[in-house]
Amino acid sequence: MENTLAHLKRGEIALITDVSSIHIPLKLLEMGCLPGNTVQLVQVAPFQDPMYLNINGSHLAIRKETAMHILIEKVSHG
Amino acid sequence: MGKQINVALIGNPNTGKTSVFNALTGLNQKVGNYPGITVEKKEGVCKLSRGLKAHIIDLPGTYSLNASSLDESVVIELLLNKNDKDFPDVAVVVSDVENLKRNLLIFTQIKDLEIPTLLVINMADRMAYKGISLNIPNLEEQLNTKIALVSTRKKQGIDELKQLIEGYKDLSTQPCLDTSEIDKDYFSSLHKAFPNQLLYKLWLVITQDVNFGKTDRNEIDAVANFKTKNKADLKRLQQKETIKRYQFINNALKKGHTIDTSKAKDLRSKLDRVLTHKIWGYAIFFFILLLMFQAIYDWSGIPMDFIDETFASLSEWTKNQLPSGAFTDLLAEGIIPGLGGIVIFIPQIAFLFLFISVLEESGYMSRVVFLMDRVMRRFGLSGKSVVPLISGTACAIPAVMATRNIESWKERLITILVTPFTTCSARLPVYLIIISLVIPEGHFLGLGYQALTLMLLYLLGFGAAVGSAYILNKILKIRSKSFFVVEMPNYKLPLFKNVALTVVEKTKSFVFGAGKIILAISIILWFLASYGPGDDFNNAEEIITTKYASQNLSEDELQQHVASFKLENSFIGITGRAIEPMISPLGYDWKIGIAIVSSFAAREVFVGTLATIYSVGSDDEATIKNRMAAEINPILGGPLFNFASGISLLLFYAFAMQCMSTLAIVKKETNSWKWPVMQLVIMSSFAYIVALMAFQFLK
Repeated sequence: MENTLAHLKRGEIALITDVSSIHIPLKLLEMGCLPGNTVQLVQVAPFQDPMYLNINGSHLAIRKETAMHILIEKVSHG
Repeated sequence: MGKQINVALIGNPNTGKTSVFNALTGLNQKVGNYPGITVEKKEGVCKLSRGLKAHIIDLPGTYSLNASSLDESVVIELLLNKNDKDFPDVAVVVSDVENLKRNLLIFTQIKDLEIPTLLVINMADRMAYKGISLNIPNLEEQLNTKIALVSTRKKQGIDELKQLIEGYKDLSTQPCLDTSEIDKDYFSSLHKAFPNQLLYKLWLVITQDVNFGKTDRNEIDAVANFKTKNKADLKRLQQKETIKRYQFINNALKKGHTIDTSKAKDLRSKLDRVLTHKIWGYAIFFFILLLMFQAIYDWSGIPMDFIDETFASLSEWTKNQLPSGAFTDLLAEGIIPGLGGIVIFIPQIAFLFLFISVLEESGYMSRVVFLMDRVMRRFGLSGKSVVPLISGTACAIPAVMATRNIESWKERLITILVTPFTTCSARLPVYLIIISLVIPEGHFLGLGYQALTLMLLYLLGFGAAVGSAYILNKILKIRSKSFFVVEMPNYKLPLFKNVALTVVEKTKSFVFGAGKIILAISIILWFLASYGPGDDFNNAEEIITTKYASQNLSEDELQQHVASFKLENSFIGITGRAIEPMISPLGYDWKIGIAIVSSFAAREVFVGTLATIYSVGSDDEATIKNRMAAEINPILGGPLFNFASGISLLLFYAFAMQCMSTLAIVKKETNSWKWPVMQLVIMSSFAYIVALMAFQFLK
């Protein structure tokens, strides 16, 4: 499983392909974390956790355990 | 009397909603609590025209109507209850021009409740900077509403907003989304069961975890021919709904909202590269902490000394001016020092909230939360617990209040419970005098033993906080959704008006909230120390005069002996002697016992109480120190304050819950006596056991 958001590297941009809605807080979906939107990893804290993301223009931080439930397809190096 | 309409300000956090509120109401606002809970309720009045007034409520910031915290559920509870006296005639949704898409989500939700809704697009001054252009007439048509383009920073657009509020009757209440499209079968059977209810409202009631007026909820459960779905299915539908809402928003913005990224400047990523850096980020955070301590300890010392002296002379003046008697004594020795004990904390609290509100307004606090989350999580805390734990080194009271933005109730409760372990400034005078008595002056690796001891005590406080958080996390069985989503807002220069209002508001809330309790305790203490049962207390002057008749004492010295004898036989003195058997295994005598009992009101009372007991007229620490050094242990002989009893006392003060005001604020924040009582019992018994072991081991 290399295609989750938890595996994105700093600066990389990806397309969200699917989210496991049971494991993801609704709040995160409402902030734009939905299939079809782009996501960029802006910064990570030590141990890659939490992760500071730019999802569809929204800047937010989530824990790695949450990022594991978001499937992505890498697009490019930012 | 003109007519008054209700206006609700709603919007995402970090959209400058409160700035809009401040611009509309100015100083015409008050902050209270929603009944039964500790969520702040901000309301104010704004004059429109022709005698029409707007009663404005600044609702807690929320990303959507699907509530995930206590603050957020306030919003939906109000919007679903047409009978609430605050139910809005018009909802004003505040959005940030840079995050318009996300901010519009809640706009579409409120519009679907068929409440007249208008839109504020705030921070318009940043449009050119970010290369954004808006076609307002087009957006108004697409979103079927009226839009006010506002910049609170540049003071633009507020009058236009007032005009729009005034014309609220012309706003369309056409919904954005046809709720039944989310799932046709499900919603048509829901409609059959409740033909007279708004579908979206029913949907909200079904999907929320919080209880909205029991009738609604039970009604739905009671109807047998309607089968609701399980949680996972409901959530899938909520996801579908969110996607549909974003489709609507994307469509609506297609023509009226364009961004020319080539013109956009990006200060955020430059600052973030440094401020959230794996090394620099922590170094800068550490530096800011140092600056904060400096302000709280050193800079607030000057006004605090001034307040202290003012109240002391006020008390003296009262004694001299009023005819002597019980009332004057109560005023001069009970009430005025009691008031002083409240007022003296104002500089520290004001400084603390100045820092915290600047850090919050600027957007830096979210970065700290980001940096610290991983570390704090190991102990059952959240990245958001850092702020209260830092504040706790000044005073636990504002620190407990600062836990409010932690979403998870469990993490918030643990933070509240462990915060009083951090070494607050009231412990400092106690530590200083005992360290100077029992710790030798030598050096170790260039560091003084005394300074090292003080540092160890601070570390011990943090260690106790974090360690007990770890234990509480294991034993507290609280089901609380633990998720962590933090918005990382743009960096902004804080608005002076917002910072000033926050500082004034928090300080006022401390003075009138916790202040009442401090005052009551100091009056009780005064009574207990000034009255006593039996002949010894009432005839103190005669007894002492006879006893020292042969020694030719001066009037002052004689008075000191009288005061000391009276205290010994007062209610509080009798209490001290009653608890002596309990505290002598810890190495204390009854006098320290009295000081401990009285410092359950506030720790700093310890030094003052000992000063009175040892008949020292002034609070001068050197004099008390000499007296204390000369005291003899009544049972074991030898100096009362030796290494063993000193360490035992230091440990007792490090762990014991001796602060009525903190207990009062914990009661207020947790809305239950259970938690403050638990804090009092557990912390104090732990302190007793540790102090007992230390003394028995070291003596």
